[in-house]
Order: sequence, then C-alpha cells, then structure tokens
Amino acid sequence: MQKKSSPREAYGRVLAELGASCPELVVLDADLSPSTKTNEFAKCYPERFFDMGIAEQNMMGTAAGFALAGKIPCASTFAVFATGRAYDQVRNAIAYPGLNVKIIATHAGVSVGEDGASHQTIEDISLMRTLPNMTVIVPADAVETAQAVTAAVKMKGPVYIRLGRPAFPEILDQDYQFKIGKAVPLRHGSDAVIFSAGIMVSRALEAASLLAAEGIEIAVVNVSTIKPLDEETIIQMARKTRAVVTAEEHSIYGGLGSAVAEVLCENYPVPLERVGVMDRFGESGTPEQLLEVCGLTAKNIVAAVGRVIERSQT
Amino acid sequence: MAEADKQEIRDLEAKAQLIRRDIIEMLTEAGSGHPGGSLSSVEIVTALFFHVLRLQPEDPEWSERDRFILSKGHAAPLLYAALAERGFFPREELLTLRKLGTRLQGHPAKGQLPGVEASTGSLGQGLSMGLGTALAAKLDQRDYRVYVLLGDGECEEGQVWEAAMAAAHYKSDNLTAVLDYNGLQIDGAIDEVMSPLPFPEKWQAFGWAVRQVDGHDIPELIDAFNWAAGVKSQPAMIIAKTVKGKGVSFMEDVAGWHGNAPDAKQAAQALDEIGIIDV
Ligand SMILES: Cc1ncc(C[n+]2csc(CCOP(=O)(O)OP(=O)(O)O)c2C)c(N)n1
Ligand SMILES: [Mg+2]
Repeated sequence: MQKKSSPREAYGRVLAELGASCPELVVLDADLSPSTKTNEFAKCYPERFFDMGIAEQNMMGTAAGFALAGKIPCASTFAVFATGRAYDQVRNAIAYPGLNVKIIATHAGVSVGEDGASHQTIEDISLMRTLPNMTVIVPADAVETAQAVTAAVKMKGPVYIRLGRPAFPEILDQDYQFKIGKAVPLRHGSDAVIFSAGIMVSRALEAASLLAAEGIEIAVVNVSTIKPLDEETIIQMARKTRAVVTAEEHSIYGGLGSAVAEVLCENYPVPLERVGVMDRFGESGTPEQLLEVCGLTAKNIVAAVGRVIERSQT
Repeated sequence: MAEADKQEIRDLEAKAQLIRRDIIEMLTEAGSGHPGGSLSSVEIVTALFFHVLRLQPEDPEWSERDRFILSKGHAAPLLYAALAERGFFPREELLTLRKLGTRLQGHPAKGQLPGVEASTGSLGQGLSMGLGTALAAKLDQRDYRVYVLLGDGECEEGQVWEAAMAAAHYKSDNLTAVLDYNGLQIDGAIDEVMSPLPFPEKWQAFGWAVRQVDGHDIPELIDAFNWAAGVKSQPAMIIAKTVKGKGVSFMEDVAGWHGNAPDAKQAAQALDEIGIIDV
C-alpha cells in the first residue's frame, strides 16, 4: 500500500508557518475551520484570523477589501461554496481588479464522499479557469500542496487552489520543485501521454505501471497549474507521443481535459481521450466507490490509453 | 389544525423518541453525518409531520399537500426518519443512509425520495424556495401552507435575509419559518463565530410576525403553529429555543457533535439514554 497524507493538513501546517514570515497574511474562513484546517493558523495568530460565519459571499468581498488595503488574504471554505456560492464576488470583486486574494478551497470533487452531490463540486476548475487574471492550481499531493500554497502567497494576484477531502497517495519527493505554470513529467514513455491533475496523478502513475507490464510505455505529466497552462510542455509531449489522455476529478466539460483539447486543437491536433466525470452530478457513497462509479480509476485510464493508441494508429 | 389532547401529546412525544432512536441508528450505520442539528429539531419536525402538515403519504405529490422544506439540509436523517415513520417509504430503508445507490442522500435530493420537497444542503437557500412555493400557492388560489426549517448559524447567509425581505414584501402569510435556535454552528457558539442575534428584533424589523417557543415542548410548538396559521398579511417566524444534540447527554450543547457519527459504543449509550416511552 502506498503511503497517504492529507493535502488539507499540509495546507493548515504551511499556513501557520507562513504566518511567521509573512506579517501581511490574514486568513478568512466560513465556519469550516476544523475541515479546511485554517484552525491551525487561527490558533497561532488569532488576531489575523477572521471567521466570517456561514456567509461565503461576504467572505470573498471582505477578502477583496483586505487585499485593497495591502494585506494578503487567504479565504477558505469548501470548494463548492468558494467557487459556486460566491462566484460573482470572486469574479467582480477579486478577479476583475486582479486583487491579491488567495482562494484555497478544500473538499473538491466526488471524493467528498457521503455528503453527496450538494457538496461535490466538479465544475470549479471550469468556473475559475475562465476568469481573466486568475491562477488555478490543483496540487497532486500533500508535498505539492505545501509548495503551491507558499508560491501562491508569494506571487501577486488572485489564485485558486483546489484541494480534496481524503488523504492522497504520496507521490512526490521532498526535493520536488513546484513552479507556477510548469507542468512536470513524472514518468517517461513514447506510446502515449497522460496529462493529469490532483488525485488523478497517482492514478495515472498506477495506470502507467499496469501498461508497462504489457510493454506499453506511457508518459505521465503532472499539470498542477491549470492556468496559466504550460502549453509548451503539452504540445511537446503530444508531438512525441501522438496520443493524449487527460485525467482529472472534474467534469469533462471545462476542466483540464478541455484546456488541453483547446491547446492541441489549435496547435497540434492528435487523438485525445478525456477521463473525467461525465455530464452528471455526484452522489453519496465512500470516496473510493464514487471515484469508481464516476470512472476515475487507473483501469479507466488504462482503457482510455488503449482507445487513444488505437485511434492514433489508424 | 386542531388542538392536541393529552393522549395525542403523549403519542407525539413517543414518536419523537422513536425518531431520535432512528437518527442514532442511521448515523451509526452510515458512519458519518450530522447528529447535533438532527436531534435539536426532533420535536419541531415531529409536531409538523404528525400534527400540523396536511399530507397524503400514499400520494406524495398530492397537489393540495402542505410543503415542508428542510433548509438546514444536513439534518437529513431527521427528515428521513420522519418521512419513514409517516409512511412515505419503508423504515428498513433508513439504514441505507449515505450509502452508494441510496435514495437517502447525505443531503436531501428532490426527486429521489418521496416526501422530499427540495434539494438542500447548501445553506441559506430553503427560505427562498419556500417563498416561491408560497407565492405559487397564492397565484393558483390553493390553500396549502409552506413550512421552512432554518438553522441559527444558517441565518448568517445573506440570502436568508433577502428571502425574509421578499416574503414580507409579498405579504406571504401562507409561509411559516421555524428557526432552530440551538446556539451552535461548526466553529462554536453562534454569538462568538458570527452573531446573527438578536433574532426576534431582526425578523420583526424585516416584517415578520414573530413568536418564541421552547423547541422541545410539543404543546407549545403546536400552539405556535396554530398561531402562525392565523397570522394575516405577514409571514410568520417561530423561534424555537433548542439544545443541540438534545436527548443524548454527551452530545448536548457540544459543537464537536455537529458532524460526527457515534461509534457503536456511543450509540448504545445514546439509545439507552433516549429510551422508549410506553404509551
Ligand atoms: C452554503 C454553505 N456553507 C457552509 C456549509 C457547511 N455547513 C454545514 S452545517 C454548517 C453549520 C450549520 O449551523 P446551523 O445552521 O446552526 O445548524 P444546526 O446547528 O441546526 O446544525 C455549515 C457551516 C453548508 N452546508 N452550506
Ligand atoms: Mg445551530
């Protein structure tokens, strides 16, 4: 069994650390601090922690105000509420003026599990990605989460970081170097390439191992920055393999799969298969069951690779 | 709506205990979910489903039925227990809560389970849905009534007050809201996290007729529902003072029991404490 650790907990830890080196950092939450893990920061820096109550729209507007006054606000809640409930505030108060607000949301995707569809956003990447000025990051594990949060706080401008609820397999070493806007190949191969993000990166690596046992060598790329997208790496890998699969815990509409399709259609059209949630809402179940029901397993990726290689050969 | 005699009150109290047991059993089997806010609203929902609401469980979409919308959707176990006890679906199904393929979704999902009137779970939206339904009733000249159950933390959502303003503006006297005033939300006491208080003055200022009751006292609740049905040209708000986790000593008034299921041992103690009333 692969070791797992929680991206949310990594977020809580690094936020509390950043509190010391970054006096301008303020943290806002909407009555979910034990879940988002901002309670770590709240314990260390109570005067810079603002619980805004169950009022996400006001939280985003207030974060914008903090940024206007030179602070670096991190606003956290569940991803469905951060991007859905408060969409207009994020759009008009934060993204439009390009304010320095970090939206760090947890419980994205169907791996929320038992709470059901009302709490499982599979549209958030799409919503955030279409906003000008917004940087969108989907870390693959706890190690990358810590680095991404630090990088987001250090850069200027609005950032959306999407975290999940469950512990993710640990796939990146401590010496991994996250850089905003850089897609990172984690495994090499020339038969096909998988562009993946979030929890699906570990599954893409698993799929690659399964395929290697059959003599098929595929590359796996961690596209943790969805925006700005590393078009160069994407085109280059597509050129090399001529068969592309995307894998994400998000709707096949509007997320990583769409973003990769946009780049490749215009620059280097090759067969592409998208692994993601088909046009449906989530439901209640365990995280593992839902990932399976929604077609988000290593086996689904293997099947997509099979299809895309066949298409690229005909 | 009739007055309730002594025997009926005893029956309702017994029903409430049964529903409390259902909630504990469902959450324990599910291994996740929200006990605190389910238990605090038990008497409110029992009074509604077994005395107040005009319903036909065998015809759940009956056009003349009263509507109940659980705006604080995380109390879904309570709603499901009440629906099952009222005959909307078999009680055995209660133990499928939150499991893959169930009609008993983690938060109420309209269209899956008979008796569920609205999809809720994203807090702050139920009163608006209730208002729309109440306005439609007037348009259609139907005399059904609409009831919405709100959490006190939920009242921090701006949309609640947008709906409050609109309901008064449209003189929606067929709309009754109940506020489960248990004083707690996830991060702690509501007046420490983000105070929505004082409730009576705020709702009055927004144009509502307001009454305050003990939310665990069934006769008082029934009395208040009778009062609300008689209010003219204004929506009515019943502020029900409750105890979060009511009926289970170690859960009572503890914020940490908002969203955690009891384990088997805790469940046994909880069921023991709830007991059964002989009628
Ligand atoms: C829009 C929205 N924000 C946040 C949540 C997460 N959440 C679920 S329950 C809850 C606290 C609710 O407190 P309250 O309304 O007082 O309910 P009760 O005490 O009756 O359980 C929160 C913040 C949510 N479900 N919806
Ligand atoms: Mg409460």
